[in-house]
Amino acid sequence: MVSYIWLFLILIGIGFSFLTGNLDTINDSILTNGNKALELMLSILPIIVLWTGIMKIAEESGLLKRFAKLVEPLLSKLFPTIPKDNKALGYIASNIAANMMGLGSAATPFGLKAMSELQKINEKKDTASTAMITFLVLNTAGVTIVPTTVLALRIAHGSANPSEIILPGVIATFCSSLGGLLLDYFIRKRRNNK
Amino acid sequence: MNTFSKIVIPVFIVFVIFYGFRKKINIYDAFLEGAKEGLLISFNIFPSIIAMVFAINVFLDSNFVNEFLGVLSPVLDIINIPLEIMPMALLRPISGTASLAIMNDIFINYGPDSYIGRLASVLQGCTDTTIYVLALYFSSIGVKKIRYSLGVGLFADLVGITVAFLITMLFF
Repeated sequence: MVSYIWLFLILIGIGFSFLTGNLDTINDSILTNGNKALELMLSILPIIVLWTGIMKIAEESGLLKRFAKLVEPLLSKLFPTIPKDNKALGYIASNIAANMMGLGSAATPFGLKAMSELQKINEKKDTASTAMITFLVLNTAGVTIVPTTVLALRIAHGSANPSEIILPGVIATFCSSLGGLLLDYFIRKRRNNK
Repeated sequence: MNTFSKIVIPVFIVFVIFYGFRKKINIYDAFLEGAKEGLLISFNIFPSIIAMVFAINVFLDSNFVNEFLGVLSPVLDIINIPLEIMPMALLRPISGTASLAIMNDIFINYGPDSYIGRLASVLQGCTDTTIYVLALYFSSIGVKKIRYSLGVGLFADLVGITVAFLITMLFF
């Protein structure tokens, strides 16, 4: 999928420049691209490193686990098909906690473990279960409170108030999750009634 | 309302560090260990950043967006949406790195505190890369029939992106 998008962007970009005779701009663009990538990398790297460091403290001190315990009752309502003491709920909770703190890459291992636990209680192994779908909706809607890379880039480009986007972001991400969960809920209900 | 945005991070950091200290773990060592992981993560995403920054810049510098999507701009003007944000909104669910590269470009051209800069920031933070996550998670356990998951995931993205536009207009 990403391959197609990549090909599309490059073909359109270079093809269109040829058609419009913009050869100088496109050569410039290709040759100076690397610098842009490096600058982008350098501006987000320190915050990613700082933040994974802080979150490691939260993990080792048991804070992440405690937070996960806190949201578990709520989760068991969202996932009626998962048995109450199943390990999947804990992994789902940890995945969401890590996502909230803007640690997408740290959230992934928890998410993969949650999926393999859900697969154990899945009846048709090649088909997604309802619990998996609900989990992925929650996951891709991405409830993020601290968007680390966005903050880092805003700082790097000299924003006067880098964190001003946090609250609007939280509202948008909350609506996105809610919308996804509601649609998921209605689909499940309609299928059960059939 | 702005104070919430400003205090979230400092309060959270103090809380986490102090909690770790009270639980008598070695907070400094834990930090270093996590930071090392963060460094590895960064190195692992570097190739995809190079790849996407390259493709996005070639695409944007060709002026294709302005020439072709330019016909849309009278409509977009009415609802106060800058044309330059459209490629980012479209690519957000497909590739997080691609939308990050566009956001970087917007910051370079307009600055992070411009209207479009703020819009890009909210957009980047508000949803995750649906298609990537679905592909990764389902293929890890060998599920092939993904049923209605893609539809619901993209619907959630659409809601998030719409709200991001509305909320940025209201806030700033």
